[in-house]
Parts: sequence; structure tokens; C-alpha cells
Amino acid sequence: MYKEICKKYSPDKDNLIYILHDIQDTHPQHYISEEAVEVIAEYLGVPANHIYGVITFYSMYSTSPRGRNIIRLCESPPCYIKGSENILRKMKIMLGVETGGTSKDGLFTLELCACLGVCGNAPVMMVNNDVYGDLTEDKVEEIVEKIRRGN
Amino acid sequence: MSLKRIDLLICCGSGCVSAGALKIKERFHEVLNEKGISNEINIIETGCMGPCDYGPVMVIYPEGIFYKAVTPEDVSEIVENHFIKGRPVQRLMLHDEEKTFAAQKDVPFYQKQVKVALENCGYIDPESLDEYIATGGYEALGTVLTTMTPQQAIDVIKESGLRGRGGGGFPTHAKWQMVHDAKSDEKYIICNGDEGDPGAFMDRSILEGDPHRILEGMMIAAYAIGATSGFFYIRAEYPLAIKRIKHAIEQAKAMGLMGESVFDSKFSFDAEVRTGAGAFVCGEETALIHSIEGMRGNPSPKPPYPSTSGLWGKPTVVNNVETFANVPSIFVKGAKWFASMGTELSKGTKVFALTGDIRNTGLVEVPMGITLRELIFDVGGGIIGGRKFKAVQLGGPSGGCLTIEHLDVGVDYESLKARGAMMGSGGVIVMNDQNCMVNIAKYFMDFCVDESCGKCSPCRIGLKQMYDILERIVHGYGKIGDIEELQRLGEAVSRLSLCGLGQSAPNPVLSTIRYFRDEYEAHIRDHSCSTKVCLALMHFDIDKDNCIGCSLCARKCPVNCITGSREEKYTIHQLDCVKCGNCQDVCPVKAVNRVPGMHPEEKTKRDTLKKQHPHED
Ligand SMILES: Cc1cc2nc3c(=O)[nH]c(=O)nc-3n(C[C@H](O)[C@H](O)[C@H](O)COP(=O)(O)O)c2cc1C
Ligand code: SF4
Ligand code: SF4
Ligand code: FES
Ligand code: FES
Repeated sequence: MYKEICKKYSPDKDNLIYILHDIQDTHPQHYISEEAVEVIAEYLGVPANHIYGVITFYSMYSTSPRGRNIIRLCESPPCYIKGSENILRKMKIMLGVETGGTSKDGLFTLELCACLGVCGNAPVMMVNNDVYGDLTEDKVEEIVEKIRRGN
Repeated sequence: MSLKRIDLLICCGSGCVSAGALKIKERFHEVLNEKGISNEINIIETGCMGPCDYGPVMVIYPEGIFYKAVTPEDVSEIVENHFIKGRPVQRLMLHDEEKTFAAQKDVPFYQKQVKVALENCGYIDPESLDEYIATGGYEALGTVLTTMTPQQAIDVIKESGLRGRGGGGFPTHAKWQMVHDAKSDEKYIICNGDEGDPGAFMDRSILEGDPHRILEGMMIAAYAIGATSGFFYIRAEYPLAIKRIKHAIEQAKAMGLMGESVFDSKFSFDAEVRTGAGAFVCGEETALIHSIEGMRGNPSPKPPYPSTSGLWGKPTVVNNVETFANVPSIFVKGAKWFASMGTELSKGTKVFALTGDIRNTGLVEVPMGITLRELIFDVGGGIIGGRKFKAVQLGGPSGGCLTIEHLDVGVDYESLKARGAMMGSGGVIVMNDQNCMVNIAKYFMDFCVDESCGKCSPCRIGLKQMYDILERIVHGYGKIGDIEELQRLGEAVSRLSLCGLGQSAPNPVLSTIRYFRDEYEAHIRDHSCSTKVCLALMHFDIDKDNCIGCSLCARKCPVNCITGSREEKYTIHQLDCVKCGNCQDVCPVKAVNRVPGMHPEEKTKRDTLKKQHPHED
């Protein structure tokens, strides 16, 4: 499977970031496994440690399994000023996790991130590729419930 | 295309989408079909219209009626009353205490704005090349390619006085000239759409709302410097912007506006989109170049500058999204027209993203030199919720905080720099009197510690030390001398760091010390946070006179530290309190207060502990 994803891109080193994105997005647990790194290393002809160097540099990549849905809550100042701390507290209770943790049912991983560029509607979070703004404690509850039911 | 009776422009910028704009659009389609009038109404998805906080917003032509905060439930009413009966819905219009503003052009938010880079954003369908061309799009490119030499094009930019909108304000023509003059078989042009500054979303909005404009600006630059390929570097957090630019590239290619011999000239050009993966430092140009090359996005020392050795070692121009967005207008309306706006050294307009405790959060474009007061109070509508203005943070983590005494400062590159702030990319974070400046400084420092690439030790270690000191202060363990230590470290980190991140990261701390020193002192010396934000430096107290003895607080306290009875009223045992705030939330008569300052009992306990363990801090 990893091999096939790699083949969508020409074997140039500058495609590494896209291959990593693609592999992570396609994996149901949204991470890049050791095995995947070996496959990419062979395909691009670069050492595995170069690939790990890149993975650890960029905050969006993960080398350990995560939940089916990735929640990224913005913790930058404009969102903080508008109360992102309360949203975080609520989320932790609701999902029963600490920051970075995955809920028991494997459905959600809760992460913090830097500004998502939707600060006009702070506080903001991104669930997978969808942005939700003007968050309130009630609203996050609704959003999480809806995704839960959808799964 | 048949002519329609009504144009319905729905804002589908990211802000409005996050507030549910797509659902509204679907609903309109449904209702119009039900009523059988979908052939009379043109539904157009636009980019950001500006007042994101009022989202989802829409404008309905021919009258230009502006509706805000529309919900799916409102749609039937709009169709029934406005579209069928011709009676616009008052309820959804914007109003202040006295007046209702029916038309978009009358809304106060737009009054002082002058739109150049945002000219089409919110007015056209960003996915339609025809609409872009109908507003005069690609006219500038045609003129440049068919009537000017590259040097003449650079001279026009020089005359306009355009400076880079990505932060530094470097003269655009000078950068172009260097690469134009460089001898090389291959040159590159890069559009910097990384936009990582907290509180900034102008580049995203322009990319999403008017992608062809950026493409056109980039092609003019490419022609001027002699590049035949270009790259858009857009952060992965902006999927819609990526999609729109890719779409625009395809359309331009299909139209022959890109590719071999554009406008039958000798100019050929191709562009690609590259994305990041979540690293703020990749907005720095050398780091960005490394990231495009598929490596860690570490900055490298300059010189060599990208203009001599950039992407794959070739001469490269890196320009910001908004910089490119200004270029087509300069060629259509003239360098003189552009230079007539703004100040002596800062020409033209600037797009700002207003955020924080301001009434109109959103995207605005104003002439350079406008005062902070006009920007915050006239355009931004002032502070929300009847609170007082306290500070404004300009320029993201590389900028600084200004205060009430600076409200009449004109917003241009030099004026802001002279006062310890910065234009930066245009993020304007407004704060009311409920914000603790020490805590805000800590938040910015936290951001920079997280985002430092770690390549050089002053930035990696120095920023962490500064963060630790701030963390100590807000937890009530500040020491005399901490302020001086922060200043010393801050100056060292600024001086010794390799790239702009480290060089400017101490600014928020240094500027808050400069203008809010008393707040730092109160935290350290008096163990008090006057805004009651820093939990360690405030306490909860029950006002016995107001308490009705209902016991709700005691029942909600997770550590059972509230005792009392109906007669005696209730008391908090301070030493056990974990400051969760539950008691304050549930008290029906608001008898629970936040009081600035550490409670005396807690202070005594800390002092005793300190005496017993003098080495622990
Ligand atoms: C840490 C850091 C982050 C930066 N981020 C951005 C950014 O997100 N967008 C941008 O256009 N410029 C950013 N810059 C500035 C760029 O390095 C560069 O100066 C700019 O893209 C040049 O374009 P301009 O001349 O059109 O302003 C950043 C600089 C530093 C030091
Ligand atoms: S100043 Fe900071 S971000 Fe810049 S190169 Fe040095 S360590 Fe990296
Ligand atoms: S703040 Fe929380 S812990 Fe403290 S008294 Fe109130 S309810 Fe109890
Ligand atoms: S600060 Fe949260 S989205 Fe920008
Ligand atoms: S996104 Fe709709 S007004 Fe900004």
C-alpha cells in the first residue's frame, strides 16, 4: 500500500513532504509507521534518518497511531483572548483525554495547534479538514456528538 | 448565460464557512427550487467580505443589501419577503443604536477602507476566470508583456514605492532588480503564502477570494526578473487556498494565459503549488526554500540571499501574497495613483486582520498612515462589550504591544518600528482591560519556543529561559531582578539569533515591559494580578453580605473546601482551594468574587515552605 502511494509521485527528494502527507492521511490511524518510512527511504533513495529528521521537524506528522478524527484546537493569542482555554478544558472532560491523547473509542485525538488563520471567528478548531469557528462549550459538544454519530 | 433578476453573493471565505455558510447556500438552492424561481436568482460564492465576525454574511444585488449572521432558518424568509415580495428583511441588516444600514456601502465598517489588494475579494466568484477578466483581470499582464521591457516594468514598481507586505517592508523593485541583473540560466519566483503569524489571515483571504490576482502579480514579477517557473508555498492548514490556487492555475493554462508564449510574447511561464506541514519558521524565506526542496525547514545564514542563491541555488525572488496582489492594480491604474496613497515612505494601502476584543473582527484594507485610533475605533468599531481599550499587539510574534498613548500614531513601517512594534504581516490583536499583559507576553513566548527550529542556541535556549521566568512570575514565584533578567536575555537573543524568528521573538516581552512595567512589578513584588487572570495571584472570596446561604457553591466544589450553613453563610478554606471557579459559576446571586492578590494565608504558607526548603523555587 505504501509503495502505491509513493508511486503517485516521481522519485524526487522534494516530493517527500507530499508523500508523507498522503501516507498519513490515508492511514486510518493517521500516522507514519516505521514500515512506511522504510518504503519511502527505498523509493526516494534517501536514508531513513533523513526522513525522520523531516517528520520530527513538522508538527503535523505523527509517528504514533492516532484517532480516526484529529481535533486541532488553536492555542494562539487571539483564540486565547476569546476563551480557547475553556474550550480545551471542556474537550478534555468530554473526551476523557489529556492534550495529545486519543479517546478510548479511538474516535478522537485532541491536539493543540498554532493559529489556523480564522482568528476573526476565534476560538477556532479544525477537525480533519473542517474548520469550526466561534466555539462555545455547547457548540463543541454538539460537533463532537455529530461526528460520533456519523462514525 | 441568461440574465438574472437578482445576484446573491454569499461569502464563502473560511471565516463564514466556519460559521456555516455552506449550509446556507444549500438551503437557498433548496428553497429557490421549491418556489420554482431558481432561474431568476444567481447564487455566487465569494471570498471574504471582511466582517468575518458577523458571518455568515451576504450581499444581494441590484440594491447591494447586506445581511449578517444568517442562519438556515432565515433563508425561507429572505426568499419569500425579499426575492418574491421585494421587501428586504430588516431584522438581518446591520444596525447600531440609532440606524439600520441596509446597503453594504453604508455600513460604517467599510467607510474608511480603500480596497486595492482586496478589490475583488468578496465581490467576484474566485473560481470563475471570466469574472476576474470582467473586472479588468489580466489586463496588466497583457500590457506589461506586449508594451514593456522587464526593466520598464521594474521601473514602474519603483515609481509606485511598493514595499513588501510580508513583514520587513523591503522595497519590491530592489529585490526584483537584483534578480533581474543576476546572470543565470534559471531563475525562480516564489509566492510566500505560509502566513503563520497568530492573528493574521489576510494572505489566506486573498488566496481564497481572488486567486487569479496573485497569479497575475506573480507572472508580472516573473517576466520582470526573467523567471520561467514559479512556486506557491502555502501552509497545509489552508486547504481551500491551495485548492483555489490550483484551480486558477489550471484555468489560466487552459486559457493560454500561462504556458508557452503568453499573449503571443516570448514569455513562457509555469507554476506549481507546494505545501508545508505545520512549521511557523517555514515562512522565513531561506527556510521556505529548504522546505520546497523537501528538507527540514531550517533557516540558513544570509548572505547569500535568495536573490543570488535561492531555490536549488538559483537566483530567486520570494514575495508575499499581498505584495503580488498589489502589482496588477499598479499597472492598470498607474504608479502615480498608487504612490498618491499612504505616507512619504510607506505607499499604498495595507490589509489588516482585526482580532481580539474588537467589535468588528475581520479583514480590512486602509491607506497606510491611518492612525491606530481610526483603525481600531472607526473601522473596527471599538472594544466589544463596553470594556476599555488596553493594548494592541501588532505584527504577531515579531511585533510588540502598544497602548492608549499610541492611539494617534500613524500605521506605517517606520512609525511602528520606532515604538517597538512592527507592521509585520498585518495582524492587529486588540485587547481590553481584562487582559493581563504578563500572561499575554508568556503566550507569545510559548508560541516562539514551540516554533523555534532549534538550529541556533540563543533562540533555542534563550527563549526557553525567558519563558520559564514568565511562567514563574505568573505562578507567583517571581523574584526581584526578573525584569532585568528578561531584558538582558531578550536583547541577547535578538542580537545573536540567526533568523528573524529569534531576532524578533523577544519583542512582545520587551515591549510589554516597556509599556506595562507596573504590571510586571505588581506580579513580582506584591504577588498580585490586577486583572485576576493569573490564578496564582488572585483568590476567590465569598461576600457574606450577599451570600444567601443556598449551599450551591459548596456542593459544586470539587475539593469540598467550602463550608457553612444557611445562617452563617459560606466560607472558602483558601489553602485547599484549587481555583476551578465552579463556585463563582454556580452562585445565583454573584456573591463569589475574584479578588486580585494571593490570599494572605496562602502567602504565609508559601513563605514558611520557602524557609524550610530555601533551595527550591
Ligand atoms: C520567522 C519568520 C516567519 C515569516 N513568515 C512569513 C510569512 O508567513 N509570510 C511572508 O510573506 N513572509 C514571512 N516572513 C518574511 C519572509 O522571510 C520574506 O521577507 C517575505 O516573504 C518577503 O516578501 P515581501 O518582500 O513581499 O514582503 C517571515 C520571516 C520570518 C523571519
Ligand atoms: S533564530 Fe531560532 S528559528 Fe531562527 S534559525 Fe535560529 S533557532 Fe531557528
Ligand atoms: S474555586 Fe473551586 S476549589 Fe475553590 S472554592 Fe470555588 S469551587 Fe472550591
Ligand atoms: S489565533 Fe486561533 S485561528 Fe488564529
Ligand atoms: S469570511 Fe466571510 S466576511 Fe470574512
